[in-house]
Amino acid sequence: MRTRYSVFSLARNAFRHHRDWPKAWRSPEPKTSYDVVIVGGGGHGLATAYYLAKEHKLTKVAVLERGWLGGGNTGRNTTIVRSNYLWDESAALYEHAMKLWEGLSQDLNYNVMFSQRGVLNLAHSQHDLREVSRRVNANRLNGIDSEVLDAEGVKHYCPVIDLRGGGRYPVLGASLQRRGGTARHDAVAWGYARAADALGVDIIQECPVEGFRISNGRVQGLQTGKGYIEARKIGLVPSGHASVLAERAGFRLPVTSLPLQALVSEPVKPVLGCVIMSGAVHAYVSQSDKGELVIGAGVDKYVGYGQRGSLPVTEETLGAICELFPIFRRMRMLRNWGGIVDTCPDASPIISKTPVEGLYINCGWGTGGFKATPGSGNVFAHTIATDRPHAINAPFSLERFRSGYLIDEHGAAAVAH
Amino acid sequence: MLLIDCPHCGPRAEIEFSYGNEAHIARPLQPEALGDEDWADYLFMKTNRKGVMLERWVHSHGCRRWFNVARDTLTYEILAVYPMGAKPPKLPERSYL
Repeated sequence: MRTRYSVFSLARNAFRHHRDWPKAWRSPEPKTSYDVVIVGGGGHGLATAYYLAKEHKLTKVAVLERGWLGGGNTGRNTTIVRSNYLWDESAALYEHAMKLWEGLSQDLNYNVMFSQRGVLNLAHSQHDLREVSRRVNANRLNGIDSEVLDAEGVKHYCPVIDLRGGGRYPVLGASLQRRGGTARHDAVAWGYARAADALGVDIIQECPVEGFRISNGRVQGLQTGKGYIEARKIGLVPSGHASVLAERAGFRLPVTSLPLQALVSEPVKPVLGCVIMSGAVHAYVSQSDKGELVIGAGVDKYVGYGQRGSLPVTEETLGAICELFPIFRRMRMLRNWGGIVDTCPDASPIISKTPVEGLYINCGWGTGGFKATPGSGNVFAHTIATDRPHAINAPFSLERFRSGYLIDEHGAAAVAH
Repeated sequence: MLLIDCPHCGPRAEIEFSYGNEAHIARPLQPEALGDEDWADYLFMKTNRKGVMLERWVHSHGCRRWFNVARDTLTYEILAVYPMGAKPPKLPERSYL
């Protein structure tokens, strides 16, 4: 067991001018065989490996990442965490994650900077308002905290919003989940990597997966940039590239890969104390602890694997934000970036066994995977270890596209897709 | 931003167009004979290629006519524009990992 982070270790290392901090995780060469190989070293993949080791006592586990840890969508999202989904199946999944978020820093001994600053979903019309009320009621029936605010209440909770004269996008009210908020996305990946490594998981970076060896419908191992690795079970958590890997394993997925963009402004003093989202006009914004406005834009409407988006999408988002917050009109955007999200026809993820025995897949998170990181890893680890789904992810199987039991969450996804 | 060469109006910016996803999907001729597996495949399973994809576009803010486009989804190069109902032109195989 490596050094635990604590106020004492901080003081001890401060005396040594922070020169002797140990490495947070090892960088081993891959062994020739593993019980479980996880493909994808983002938040979901690392969380899966962590819970495989912690809860299912599997220690011959490797995580393969083609780039660097948390260098994919984990490092590119807008860090928002909430669980106010409409349908029971999604509510159970995201609330499971929320409960894990609430104890995550303690569990991992790593500060993931989870901040429950509240998430507002704005309503701009009578229809929106009814939809918001419906969702709040659904949340409460599922035991998830949620409340309806009127326009006054929105102004009180978020004083910088502009409600004078109605504007182009009048705010009639909002739903508020007080337990929602943000977490530091890089810290989530690093915290899971460190904790998984301490439990014996090999984290192998710069190791792309080129193909799979499958015989008699059962997976035997995988060909990687660092040679052939034998594996009894393989969990794919490849984010935007799910269908590329699935094609190599010989099956198809109902996913579409689209670039999703985000932007960050110059840092300013604290001005926005909560997360504001509006599906109807496509704006969502929060302020990072460093002071930057973190703004999420939409997805391009066509399939794309280039990790950038098109300009009209950002223009539309910034237009809406300037209208809701005239105070931000002269802010300069420092940078924008895009990540590839794999979206499903029903805007719900796939956490499932596949037609290939021993091969499991966790993908299709669309535009909102970050908030689910701990819960997704937890139930996926259960699915891999026991070879059957956890009660929470059973509805999110590939089978649902055949049975027609879709979980249509377009309304609760933050981004129209 | 894509510059799409509409066969009827000439090159225009992508905001004038709408996307129709994968091209050349044939409707089942005998839907009543189709099993669940095949229905799922027809309705949901997508070609989501990282490489050259054949797709449909409509010039919705122009002539409002549909046409096919062959486009590289990684580099965003438009390799060919061809009419609805036509066979796709011969294109170099491209795929990326």
